[in-house]
Amino acid sequence: MTITQRIYIPRDSAALAVGADDVAQEIARQATLRGIPLAIVRNSSRGLLWLEPLVEVQTPGGRVAYGPVEASEVAGLFDAGWLDGQPHALCHGPTEAIPYLSKQERLTFARAGITDPLSLDDYRATQGYKGLEKALDMTPEAIVAEVTESGLRGRGGAAFPTGVKWKTVLATPADQKYIVCNADEGDSGTFSDRMLMEGDPYALIEGMTIAGLAVQATYGYIYVRAEYPHAIATLQAAADTARKAGWLGADLRGSGRAFDLEIRVGAGAYICGEETSLLESLEGRRGLVRAKPPLPAHKGLFGKPTVINNVISLATVPTILDRGARAYRDFGVGRSTGTLPFQLAGNLKQGGLVEKAFGVTLRELLYDFGGGSASGRPLRAVQVGGPLGAYLPESQWDVPLDYEAYVAISAMIGHGGLVAFDDTVDMSHMAHYAMEFCALESCGKCTPCRVGAVRGTEILDKIRHNEQCDVQVTLLRDLCDTMLAGSLCALGGMTPYPVLSALDHFPEDFGLPATAPVRATPA
Amino acid sequence: MPPDPTASILPDPVVQQTTAAALQRYAGQQGNLLPALHAIQDALGCIPSRAVPLIATALQLSRAEVHGVISFYPHFRQTPAAPVVLHVCRAESCQAMGGEALADHARHTLGCDFHGTTTDGAMTLEPVYCLGLCAQSPAIMLNGRVHARMTPQKLDRLLEATGDGA
Repeated sequence: MTITQRIYIPRDSAALAVGADDVAQEIARQATLRGIPLAIVRNSSRGLLWLEPLVEVQTPGGRVAYGPVEASEVAGLFDAGWLDGQPHALCHGPTEAIPYLSKQERLTFARAGITDPLSLDDYRATQGYKGLEKALDMTPEAIVAEVTESGLRGRGGAAFPTGVKWKTVLATPADQKYIVCNADEGDSGTFSDRMLMEGDPYALIEGMTIAGLAVQATYGYIYVRAEYPHAIATLQAAADTARKAGWLGADLRGSGRAFDLEIRVGAGAYICGEETSLLESLEGRRGLVRAKPPLPAHKGLFGKPTVINNVISLATVPTILDRGARAYRDFGVGRSTGTLPFQLAGNLKQGGLVEKAFGVTLRELLYDFGGGSASGRPLRAVQVGGPLGAYLPESQWDVPLDYEAYVAISAMIGHGGLVAFDDTVDMSHMAHYAMEFCALESCGKCTPCRVGAVRGTEILDKIRHNEQCDVQVTLLRDLCDTMLAGSLCALGGMTPYPVLSALDHFPEDFGLPATAPVRATPA
Repeated sequence: MPPDPTASILPDPVVQQTTAAALQRYAGQQGNLLPALHAIQDALGCIPSRAVPLIATALQLSRAEVHGVISFYPHFRQTPAAPVVLHVCRAESCQAMGGEALADHARHTLGCDFHGTTTDGAMTLEPVYCLGLCAQSPAIMLNGRVHARMTPQKLDRLLEATGDGA
């Protein structure tokens, strides 16, 4: 019996957004015309996003990559003999040997692009549910200890040790506890949550189930933003399949242990990515930030002890349980252990997902992976960590990406997104935008954020129009101090980072002398 | 209560039945207000103010609380959008790749500002702050379908094709 040759075309949004469905249709049409039996697999994306739609042809020597493929080029690719892995202008050789991919350290994204995201068989064949199988034989304390030992820190941005959070919830007695997954990935320049949910949904479900066993929570919620319809549909389908197969429900694979979850959809509010605001939203209210304490670990969703973690944190847990905390710890530097899926975005030639151990530098990511600017002009500024992250000038691109080293330069790694700008960027405009965004998305509960952001845009307007520039700059710094120290959450509290970093590192864009002294780093 | 601007397009029985069905679907679930609102908007294209008292009664909330939730979230609409909705991403990554010029082009082509609708009522223009396609900026969403590596020319072609299909 001959096995039908497989051809892979991603179903990730990033591929769909550049015509992957048209390419898949055309491949099917051409195969029929030519009488060639082909099995078209809609895999997830490898994360080499500048090459999407990236089509992979299964050959005896492994998968061979072609991209970016347009529907109009499909016939020519058949003619060139791509089913035998023959050369073509769009051919990149064996996928695994593409340096962008081979130089990565993929743990959380080990399955990305390899499997059909909704195939439970594919998942099981690639170490899927091995972590949960181990966890089912462990005590809650032992699971928490393993996660603590791994050094995993919250990948949503705050970098709080996951094990410590879990330990607190485990130690808090209650009749009901919850696992909440924060999948409200609203930061510009970030897409790793989306890729994980669309590309490896069972990993998230498995991670949440392990978290449930660890803290004795029997129910979970995944709060996904409404802007991610494909992620919502994929998670929904994966949860249904997992439930049917006994991986969710009242009796997990005959263990007598229970865990189930549901998917809840956000409604366009950026602030709901803040954990307490997210809990308010899940409870059916306006997403107003809660004052802490009480911590969600003590009094979270519906007043019950709650683990609230980001998608990547939770989806990394199965790997830690499967390979062991020590194996995970072997990656990274200092207190930043493991890997982070960095997201290369903005003005870069080769944008995409790069999972690397902590300690890599921005320069390596921008040039060795990103290939420099897409526009061909010199890169000038990079915003790391989303809209609340600092803009870094070239002088800081050699600082190793680790949580503490970034704090030391008044920056943050956050969720690992980097947005590159070339030399056409006006940094006073970006500072203005940061304040404007804060004003737009503020929940309104605390004054420094609600009023401060509006005043901030007004001050920046004046600076940009060169009205009393020196006085306004002093006022802006004073305002930023108030927002930083007085805001209830990170939105108001961190908007000063992009604003002040733009001002400090690019003063010439604010009509100030280029040699203005850089403000001392706050302790 | 001010008159409901959707009264002429959404008859009372439709609003009542849709609202009742949405509430029924999520009855008894904790924190079910957002799921119910999504279900109503998915069915009607908006959440008419006539639905508010029905929701409030069923969930034992005040009308103010329900209205407060609807008005807090940008996704929820109190009047329907045009048949075609164009979302243009305005966040940093898209700005780094000409997103502002694309936004200006969209405004100019449609002849309306963000949150506005074309004079013929055919198309609504909305901003969006990140579609998660930041490695292929700038990005837009047209009637729920995402498109990346967008240019003004490509956008014109897409809008033209959408107009033909409508």
